[in-house]
Amino acid sequence: MLHNGRQYIPDLRNVKLRAPFRGRPEISTAKVDEQTLADVCPLQAISTNPVRIDMGKCAFCGECAFAFPEKIKFTQDYLTSSNVRENLIVKEGDRHPIIFEKNKTRKEVRKTFSRSIKLRQVSAGGDNSCEYELGASGNANFDMGRYGIEFVASPRHADGVVITGPVTKNMSEALQICYDAIPSPKIIVLVGVDAISCGIFAGSPAIDRSFLDRYPVDLFIPGNPAHPLTIVNAILDLTR
Amino acid sequence: MIELQNTLRINNNQSVDVAEIPGLSYDEFYALALKIFKENENHCLTYFAYKKEDGLHFIMAVADDKNHDIILLSHFLKAPEKQTLHALSEKIFALHIFEREIHENHGVEFLNHPWPKPVRFAHNRADKKLQVNDYPFYNIKSEELHEVGVGPIHAGVIEPGHFRFICNGENVLHLEIQLGWQHRGIEQLFLDKKQNLQRNILAENIAGDTVIGHTTTFAQTMEALAGKQVAEQTQIERALAMELERIAIHTGDIAALCIDAAYHLGANVFGILRTAIINFTQRWCGNRLGKSLVRMGGTNFPFTKELKKELLEMLLKYEKQFSEMANVTYRLPSIQNRFDFVGKVTPQQARLIGAVGLSARMTNVERDIRISHPNTAMKKFPCEMIVVDKGDVYSRFLLKKKEIQAAIAWIRNLMDNYQFDASNTEKPNYHLPLKPDKLAISVNEAWRGEVCHCAVTDAKGNLVHYKIKDPSMHNWKALELSLRNTEISDFPINNKSYNLSYCGHDL
Repeated sequence: MLHNGRQYIPDLRNVKLRAPFRGRPEISTAKVDEQTLADVCPLQAISTNPVRIDMGKCAFCGECAFAFPEKIKFTQDYLTSSNVRENLIVKEGDRHPIIFEKNKTRKEVRKTFSRSIKLRQVSAGGDNSCEYELGASGNANFDMGRYGIEFVASPRHADGVVITGPVTKNMSEALQICYDAIPSPKIIVLVGVDAISCGIFAGSPAIDRSFLDRYPVDLFIPGNPAHPLTIVNAILDLTR
Repeated sequence: MIELQNTLRINNNQSVDVAEIPGLSYDEFYALALKIFKENENHCLTYFAYKKEDGLHFIMAVADDKNHDIILLSHFLKAPEKQTLHALSEKIFALHIFEREIHENHGVEFLNHPWPKPVRFAHNRADKKLQVNDYPFYNIKSEELHEVGVGPIHAGVIEPGHFRFICNGENVLHLEIQLGWQHRGIEQLFLDKKQNLQRNILAENIAGDTVIGHTTTFAQTMEALAGKQVAEQTQIERALAMELERIAIHTGDIAALCIDAAYHLGANVFGILRTAIINFTQRWCGNRLGKSLVRMGGTNFPFTKELKKELLEMLLKYEKQFSEMANVTYRLPSIQNRFDFVGKVTPQQARLIGAVGLSARMTNVERDIRISHPNTAMKKFPCEMIVVDKGDVYSRFLLKKKEIQAAIAWIRNLMDNYQFDASNTEKPNYHLPLKPDKLAISVNEAWRGEVCHCAVTDAKGNLVHYKIKDPSMHNWKALELSLRNTEISDFPINNKSYNLSYCGHDL
C-alpha cells in the first residue's frame, strides 16, 4: 500500500508525544502538604522529605498531578527506563533525563548482544497490556526488528527473558524452567509496574516473587503498560 | 415472559437490598433454575457463593434478553449442613464453570457434575493440596492415539495457558485447556484494598485488552452501590471508549489472523491501523489502552470539541485504508481457503456451553448486552444486532470486520447528534460512601462479550464480596469444541479467531 505513505518512525528517540501522555514526572519545589500528596497515590509510589516519585511503583495514572498541579507535572519524555533500579526514582527539583549507567551493566551484555538480541517473553500474571505493547514494538510503526531485536519462540534461541506481570505463584516454576533453558550469557528485563514492583498486586497471597530475588535484573522498563517507544529505546540503551 | 415466583427482577446497573432477593431451599432453587433456562432468551450472568454469617449465601443472576432485565434468585447453605448439592450443570451445562468455581473456592460438592475440574487453582481454594501441575486431564487409552501438550508458556508474546490435545494422526479428537497460571487474587484484592481509587486501578488491570470494558463495569457497579448517578456525557464517553476498544482489538485480531494465514501485507496494514485507534485513545487520556480514562463518579478527561475533530479525521483515514485492505483480504482465495469450514461451532453447541458475545454471534446466537440490556448511552444511541451464521474461523474473521464497520457508524452518529460539553461533567469521586446491605450488578458488552461485575456490601457498607465474570469464562469451551475433528495445525487460526482472555479468566 505504497500510497498510504511511510509508516515506520525513522527516529525512535525524538518522537514528540502530546499531552496528556504521561512520561517522566517532574516535581517542583513548591511547598505542599507532603503527606496528603503521598496519600493520593494508590500505589504508594510517592515518598516525602524530599518528595520523590518511584517510577518503578507508578501506574502513571496522573492522580497526583490532578490533585497537586503546582507540585507535580508529567512530561512527555518517554525515555524512562534504566539499568539501575534507584535511577527510576525522581526527586524534587530533578529536571534531567533518567540516567542509564552503562558502566554498571555486565561487559558481556554489550559485547555479545549489541548487533542482535533475541528475547523470550514470559507473562507471569501480566494483564496483557504490556504484552500488547511488546508485540507492538515489532510492528511496522516501531519496527524494533531493524535493530536486530526480536522475540523468539523458544528459550533455547533466546539471549534473555522479558518478564511482565507480578509473577504469580502458579507461574513461578514455569518461569524458572524457561530461564534455566536460556543459554548464558543471558539478561533479565522487567517490563511494567507489575513486574518491577508488583504494582497494585502488592500483598496478594497469589504472588511469588522469589525468582526475582535470585537473579540480578539488567533492565527496568516502567509503565502501565510501557510504551513501545520506551521499550525499544530501553533495549537499545542496554545493548549498544 | 414466563411467570416466575420467588424471584426478583432488577435492571442493569442497579442495586437492591440483599434481603429482598428471595431465599429459596435448594430444591426450589434447582427447580426454578431449570424452568428459567428452558427459555433460550435467558442465560446466566453469574452464579456465586460467599460466606455470610454461619454459612454460604448463593446468588444467581440471569439475563432475560426478552424482558431486558436481570432475574435474581438465591439460596443459603448453613455451615454444618452437608456440603453436597445436586449439580445444575448436569441439566444445564452452561453453568458448569460457576459450579466448578464454587466447588474450588468453598469445597461444596456438586453431585453428577459432568465436568468436575479445577478452574484456576485460586490461592484461597478449599483444597490447598491440589497444585497447578496436578490438573486431571481427560485421557483416552489407545495405541493409535497420541497426546500433544503445549504451554503454559507459548511460542508468541501471549499469556500462559496449557493446551492438551488428544490426536489421531493430524486430527484432534479432543482439546482440553487448563488455565489458572495468571491467577493474581484480584477478587480478594477488591476487598483488601480500602480506597476506591485503588480498586479503580485494580479494575483497569483485570485484563489489559479490555480496560474500558472492565473499568466501566466496575464504575457502574460501584456507582450503583453508592446510589450515584454520573453525568450523561460521562456515560456516553465510556460507551464511546468501549467502541474504540472494540475497533482497536478487532483490527489487531484481523492482523493476527492474516499473519497465521501467511498474508503479511494484510497483517502489516491492519497492524498499522490499530496503532491509529489506540494512539487516539492516548491523545484522549494519555494511555494507549485507555487506563486512567474511566473513573468512579466522574472523569478526569472529558471529551472535547478538539478531540471530536481529531477523532473524525482519524476515523475518515482509518476507514478509507481499512476498506481498501479489507476489500482485498476478505476476497482473497487463499484466505477463504484457509479460514472457511475450519473450527465450526453450531448454534446448539454455543447455547449448550453458554457462549456469549462474539463467540455466540459468530454462529447465529443473538446475544448482545448493548441491545438486550442497554446502558444509558446505548438507549440514547441504539445499535443493531449483527450475527453471522456459519460458526467457523471465517465467520469470526468476518464478524470482526462487520463489528468494526458498525462501531464506526455508531460513533459517527454519536458525533453528529450529541453536543459534548466538558462543563456537563464532574471530576471523579473516590469517597462515595457505599450503601449498607446492598447487592449491585452491572453488565456491559465489551469487545469479547459480556463483562459482568457483582458486588455485595455488609451492614456497615463495606464490600464483602466482589465477583467478576469475563466473557472468556464461557467462551474457552467454544475454542475446545472448535478443535474437534480439526487438524492440529489449524489450532493457531482458531485460537486467534477467538482471542480469549487468560488473565480475565484467572483473575
